[in-house]
Amino acid sequence: MNQEANSGVTLSRMRWHCRRGMRELDVLLTRYFETVYPSASAQQQQAFAALLDLQDPVILSYLTGKQDPESADIADVIQQLTRIGA
Amino acid sequence: MSAYEFVDHSYDVVVVGAGGAGLRATFGLANSGLSVACVTKVFPTRSHTVAAQGGISAALGNMGQDDWRWHMYDTVKGSDWLGDQDAIEFMCKEAPAAILELEHYGLPFSRTEEGKIYQRPFGGMTTQYGTGPAAQRTCAAADRTGHAMLHTLYQQALKHEAQFFIEYFAVDLIMENGECRGVIAIDMSTGTIHRFRAHMVVLATGGYGRAYFSCTSAHTCTGDGGGMVLRAGLPMQDMEFVQFHPTGIYGSGCLITEGARGEGGILRNSKGEAFMERYAPSAKNLASRDVVSRAMTIEIREGRGVGAESDHIFLHLEHLGAKVLHEKLPGISETAKIFAGVDVTKQPIPVLPTVHYNMGGIPTNIHGEVVTLRDGNPDSVVPGLMAVGEAACVSVHGANRLGSNSLLDLVIFGREAARHCAEVVKPGKRHKPLAADAGDLAISRIDRYRNAKGGLKTSQVRLNMQRVMQNHAAVFRTGDSLQEGVEKLDKVIGSFSDVSVSDRGLVWNTDLIETLELDNLLGQAAATINSALNRKESRGAHAREDFPNRDDANWMKHTLSWVNAQGKVSIDTRPVHMYTLTDDVEVVPPKARVY
Repeated sequence: MNQEANSGVTLSRMRWHCRRGMRELDVLLTRYFETVYPSASAQQQQAFAALLDLQDPVILSYLTGKQDPESADIADVIQQLTRIGA
Repeated sequence: MSAYEFVDHSYDVVVVGAGGAGLRATFGLANSGLSVACVTKVFPTRSHTVAAQGGISAALGNMGQDDWRWHMYDTVKGSDWLGDQDAIEFMCKEAPAAILELEHYGLPFSRTEEGKIYQRPFGGMTTQYGTGPAAQRTCAAADRTGHAMLHTLYQQALKHEAQFFIEYFAVDLIMENGECRGVIAIDMSTGTIHRFRAHMVVLATGGYGRAYFSCTSAHTCTGDGGGMVLRAGLPMQDMEFVQFHPTGIYGSGCLITEGARGEGGILRNSKGEAFMERYAPSAKNLASRDVVSRAMTIEIREGRGVGAESDHIFLHLEHLGAKVLHEKLPGISETAKIFAGVDVTKQPIPVLPTVHYNMGGIPTNIHGEVVTLRDGNPDSVVPGLMAVGEAACVSVHGANRLGSNSLLDLVIFGREAARHCAEVVKPGKRHKPLAADAGDLAISRIDRYRNAKGGLKTSQVRLNMQRVMQNHAAVFRTGDSLQEGVEKLDKVIGSFSDVSVSDRGLVWNTDLIETLELDNLLGQAAATINSALNRKESRGAHAREDFPNRDDANWMKHTLSWVNAQGKVSIDTRPVHMYTLTDDVEVVPPKARVY
């Protein structure tokens, strides 16, 4: 699973999916993908992949605390995202 | 060339881009019975329109008396008399019907207690031709207007059986004897190359904010349509007009809303001075975007910037107190914490004037047809090619765009492009065979960059371009600094031949795609800085220190800029349309733009 998730093509595809409609999300998701994702646990990697499938305003509302993520794993990724932007 | 095979498609119309303008056009085309393909490099609801939270203007008069003529007056004045008045009349007059259509299609506008669409005030929107109180003209769907618009239009387009080609990157137009015959795109997920034949190609590819170091636009805003147009030997228009937002967070470009200054935020330099008092003694920190951006830039240039590089300014909110911050500026504390690492109750936010919108773009008439200057005719239509939205310059924003007029531009001209296509394109009309070399330009570029083995990474060349544009073609402009910038940018463009792409494949080759995007950005950067050097006056967003006044006698005209394969720019002009479309309204005669 982890091997497939980290193959070159899958990673390139994921890199593209870090491209969003909002700059705020571009900055955080790309930085997470480049700096945290490679050494994250399989569970965290899966949560990040699930996060990428969500709509932009939903991710933004998680980041600004307007709304809480339904899954604890996604909440964990959001926590990490809020710490890598500055 | 034989290593590449085309997958062929034929449609009545192909739309490139799936933001607000592209989706409105796609839906309208499908609804009128034409076969339509929409080619987009990102999923439609992830287009940059999603970031438009403010709203969309229309003189509905739900909150008090309003008139589309007043809206037109405000827009002409906002444009600093560079906007085409026929196009502005059309946009403002059509706005109420277009908004009610969106409501009908399911866009969940915020409502008043009586159930009408709620409308809020927005900068520059007035009543009684600027003599009355502020107009409440901007409709919104809470703080998700852009997202709601994309969602509504995408659903409608699917319902009417438009075909979407998602995560397809459009590379080049297929041009034949001055006529557009279609477009070449890479399917990023399979690496296959697709040749779309169409009787009309509609470019709805958005702005090119990423030509600058600090921009509020998403990473995807690389002006791909503009790049394609320049390579097709066609001009761009009014590229020197770039709107800056004064408070982008230093480093990331993320926006701190204008409301922060509205609620009492103060900008200070490295000496702690509240310098806006010197530039705008009465409005101070509440002065308009361009005035504040220019003041900040002068402070930085004169050595009073903050930070290790003395290259930004501090926005102070600490004195407002936690309660006001929380109640009046929700989300600001989180944004500042996440992107600047500061606690706004204790520390200032580092900010910098940041590129926000491109008024310039692909020149079109009010139907969205691309026009060029040919044999002395400034309105010569390029057959088979249209452009809409921020990619286009129709020109309704002229030298400066008003807030909430951009979403309106997308909807009005996306809709009109579709309507006009339905008039001129017969459904199912046979396609002539393409010329033998159709698609060669795209293939040669894909092949060249895919195998590029130079010494410079794409990201390095891009950063060099962004630094030159930020330092020489941003808010502060003089002949000398622009000339220096033109020379530096020439060197960057020259260095692009030494670019290196690491991935030789075609499947999800994001390195290749980013290199093709950079090619698009470089052409538009050259058009922008050369157009800025050429225009020896100050108008709207283009402020020249050496030519501080607007000069209607010599410069009330649109700039056209062509960029050749070496990045050399040639310039000509088109007249501004100082006439209206109908007798329903009179031309707004030029006067000083003061608020």
